[in-house]
Amino acid sequence: MSKYQAVIGIECHVELKTRSKMFCGCPNEFGGEPNTKVCPVCLALPGALPVANKAAIEHMILAGLAFGADIPAFSKFDRKNYFYPDMPKDYQISQFDMPLTQGGSVRYWLEDGTMKECRLTRIHLEEDTGKSTHAGSGDGRIAGSTYSLVDFNRAGVPLMECVSEPEIHNAQEAVGYLEALRRTLLQLGVSDVKMEEGSLRCDANVSIRLVGASELGTKTEIKNMNSFRSVHRAIESEIERQIALVEAGERIVQETRGWDEVNGTTISMRSKEQAHDYRYFPDPDLVPIEVSRETVERLRATLPELPLARFERYTGTFGLDVKQATQLIDNAPLADFFDAVVAASKNPKQATNFVLGDLSRLANESETPVHEALVVAEHVAELIALVDGKTINSKIAKDLLIRMWNGDGSPKTIVEREGLAQTSDPAAVEKFVDDVLAVNAKSVADYKGGKTNVMGFLVGQVMKASQGKADPALVNTVMKQKLEN
Amino acid sequence: MHSLKINGSSPTLSTEKIDVRYVAKLARLALTDDEVERFGAQLGDLLEHVDALAKLDVSHVAATAQVVESRNVEREDVVRPSLDRETVLDGAPKRQGVFFRVPRIIAE
Amino acid sequence: MSIIERSAAQIARDVNARTASAREVTDAVLAHVAAIDGEVGSYLTVLNDRAREVAADVDARVAAGESLPLAGVPLAVKDNMCLRGTRTTAGSKILEHWQAPYTATAVQRLLDSGCVPIGKANMDEFAMGSSCENSALGVTKNPYDLTRVPGGSSGGSAASVAAFEAAIGMGSDTGGSIREPAAFCNLVGFKPTYGRVSRYGLIAFASSLDQIGPLTRTVQDAALAYDAMGGYDPMDSTSIDRPFEPTASALRTDLRGVKVGIVREFAAGALGEAIDAVYKKAYADLEALGAELVEVGLPTAEYGLATYYLIAPAECSSNLARFDGVRYGLRVDAPDVHDMYEKTRAAGFGPEVKRRILIGTYALSSGYYDAYYVRAQKARTLIARDFNLAFEKCDLIAAPAASSPAFQFNSKSDPYSMYLMDYYTIPMSLAGLPALSVPCGWVTPPGGDRPMPMGLQLTAPIFAEKALLSAAHAYEQATKHASKHRPAIDGVAGHV
Repeated sequence: MSKYQAVIGIECHVELKTRSKMFCGCPNEFGGEPNTKVCPVCLALPGALPVANKAAIEHMILAGLAFGADIPAFSKFDRKNYFYPDMPKDYQISQFDMPLTQGGSVRYWLEDGTMKECRLTRIHLEEDTGKSTHAGSGDGRIAGSTYSLVDFNRAGVPLMECVSEPEIHNAQEAVGYLEALRRTLLQLGVSDVKMEEGSLRCDANVSIRLVGASELGTKTEIKNMNSFRSVHRAIESEIERQIALVEAGERIVQETRGWDEVNGTTISMRSKEQAHDYRYFPDPDLVPIEVSRETVERLRATLPELPLARFERYTGTFGLDVKQATQLIDNAPLADFFDAVVAASKNPKQATNFVLGDLSRLANESETPVHEALVVAEHVAELIALVDGKTINSKIAKDLLIRMWNGDGSPKTIVEREGLAQTSDPAAVEKFVDDVLAVNAKSVADYKGGKTNVMGFLVGQVMKASQGKADPALVNTVMKQKLEN
Repeated sequence: MHSLKINGSSPTLSTEKIDVRYVAKLARLALTDDEVERFGAQLGDLLEHVDALAKLDVSHVAATAQVVESRNVEREDVVRPSLDRETVLDGAPKRQGVFFRVPRIIAE
Repeated sequence: MSIIERSAAQIARDVNARTASAREVTDAVLAHVAAIDGEVGSYLTVLNDRAREVAADVDARVAAGESLPLAGVPLAVKDNMCLRGTRTTAGSKILEHWQAPYTATAVQRLLDSGCVPIGKANMDEFAMGSSCENSALGVTKNPYDLTRVPGGSSGGSAASVAAFEAAIGMGSDTGGSIREPAAFCNLVGFKPTYGRVSRYGLIAFASSLDQIGPLTRTVQDAALAYDAMGGYDPMDSTSIDRPFEPTASALRTDLRGVKVGIVREFAAGALGEAIDAVYKKAYADLEALGAELVEVGLPTAEYGLATYYLIAPAECSSNLARFDGVRYGLRVDAPDVHDMYEKTRAAGFGPEVKRRILIGTYALSSGYYDAYYVRAQKARTLIARDFNLAFEKCDLIAAPAASSPAFQFNSKSDPYSMYLMDYYTIPMSLAGLPALSVPCGWVTPPGGDRPMPMGLQLTAPIFAEKALLSAAHAYEQATKHASKHRPAIDGVAGHV
């Protein structure tokens, strides 16, 4: 592998989350009875005409801005002409030479925290096709089928096509790229990006070359990857396959290959590459889109803090590790809660402990997300202050957390009301210790006899006697001192 | 017949014969040999007339995008009623249950 | 005057005033259709039941106090316009049995105004043709001489109005398909500015050129029809969102102060003595009405045909791709889908349609796109520019609507000779301008035995429909050419 470098480009299709389809008012929703979400427009009946969905256009621009793309002032729709049964018009309304966004890049992180960047060739807006299921071949595959059944519910759903430059070099990077893309689009609210529902689909172009070579090798297009795991496996498998061929002196055929999940390999989907002549021309049923600077700035102002910025803030400023940062980023409400606790307590470390530790555990147990529970961020911050100021010890803190989870309110109030403040007065602690040692002569003797672990029991007794309020660290110190004498 | 003349004496755009079979394939039109011959001649004839356009100086001209200038015609993202499924499938040349049925698709 | 020969304006007045009922008018027209349409062939589908239902509804609305601009007016709908629940064929075998599940906006607006749909009118297949001979489903004859064509592609709509089988015919015009049949059939045929009438529900031929418009026996009727059908439609992205100026009440009777451009490149001498004389007289008549004639140039007009016969086929090759046997229409079965497409389309499309699909596909194909399609779109810009320059010197342009009167069946076997019929009308379509044909005289064609009508084409700048219709009205009222001869249907079997 070190002799070769893999060169990978990823092409994604993302279904935009709008209420209605791209060019008509049919509902844009996953599932439902076949052929019930169609109208003259998306079914391409004679005489029907398209009218562009404003929300889809704005979603696109927002996505472009999130990836640092340029938004040209002028854009248009073109017809991409080819025949296929799930394409009602036998042309697809797409964008050819003047897409809504140009350039941009996806910055992403790997599991070890390394930051990477992959530039985008383009992002453009188009419409989705219907869906065919193939029958007669016994396994639902198109090869060997005798007929197909078509459902046009999906035809006309707004689709964002996102093409990356071939700047990815292994399967990990490919998945990292996809994760970053997915997280960003999810956070923007422009798509559900669920591979299992088809709102995120991707293909990979894979080629290899000798390390140091400048020319690209012959590429193959890998399709039919239905999860990030598949993407990972498929890319690794294809790289291996290509290396084996080259090592054996054979040449790579430029073709489309489908990932076979069951057998863990890619399979050739066609024997010769047929270049399509799509006969692109500007769609005369639609008018050009002029994006004003005001519109761009208005949309830019609505951009939230994006996953990458959040990642850098969490791992950089707050010192979280990659896993912790990722956990928060993938759970926006939790991350928001976390941010609120940090802001109020100014203590990221403790915030991490409580939010990702105790609170997340409570959330799992009660099956209630943190932000929907009765516990409030400001109160968690209060709790942190009480612990930092040594007003209460960690055991009391844990108890308080549970009570806060159940809606008991401000920890500060509880502590004052119930007198839970930690006893840190040395004299008081000393008295407790003396009392306990006085009635536990046997243990003292055991300790002096070498059983040092007896101290744990004795400390526990002091905590009990003090109703848990004694400062454990102080107890330990005093206890040890007394025992050693 | 009147004497309207389209000037065709200057360099032509099309010097090659049209590959009618290839174009017919792109357009998914099955043609008989006779049609390939006949259409080939008729299209060649038309293209000769069309070659008059080669004379026009269009070097400083923009292609007409639309006849009447218009921009940003969009609709609000609102759901409107779809067609009733039975109506939709009624017109289908071949249906199977709630689907449109087509002969096998050989991947292209 | 028999009820069926009344103008749309008169019928609407009568029905609104309740001196006639929509039902009466409809029954009379349907009886007339039954008597003569077997010979004339205007309609592919006669909507007997539907017409009577709608008529009853119109009468009810009028009785309830509504005043409908086109109350009870019998309407012919060109068969490339969807009307829910009717067979809509575009004159093609590929849609021979297709029922439209929705109604075109323009049609709906006329129905809302009180029109009664009499039938779906015959046409050249997918609007490709200038004689109606390209229809795959029927033959329509010119009511003024049944051995001659009615013109096309809106031949059926023209014949129906000329033969009193309707008072308004809905036509569509892409390169002359309203204006030329109007000229051939002694009618007014009006193509509005591109975008003024919604295309939603009009089976597309060439998207950037298609426009719906009326064919009528008088200019006033055309104005009334346009006022009812025109205006912005949110279902059509190319529909103009601009205040709509009604035209029917602004018709003038003279042309004082109007400058009329006579096109240098369309000068007399090209069309033969008899025809030239008709146009010369027409221009003189305009002058007599007070117009000032000025010479204008349209130097790129001669490139109109070449430009049109690249752009229109290119767009139609893409628009007609949807006729693939999958979701509706004809299907010819085959074991695999691409084979099915090829066989279906081969069986379903006629030769003219195939020719245009082929040339259009070729013009868009890789390697030829810039040389053909883009170049044609640039030529189009030049043609539009020529008109703009011409309109700096005049308010209207006058020209022939066609290069000859209606010709005999099967007399134009060479496709290109048929394309030449659109020579005078194509440039206006390319520029998107409002244009109409109004009857301007009669000529007995060589070998013919009776006078045939001719049309004067008037063109105005974009959005100047009001001025255009107004001027046409003035000319019509002063010359009354249309009333000089009757259609030759009086002897047709069964007609009384």
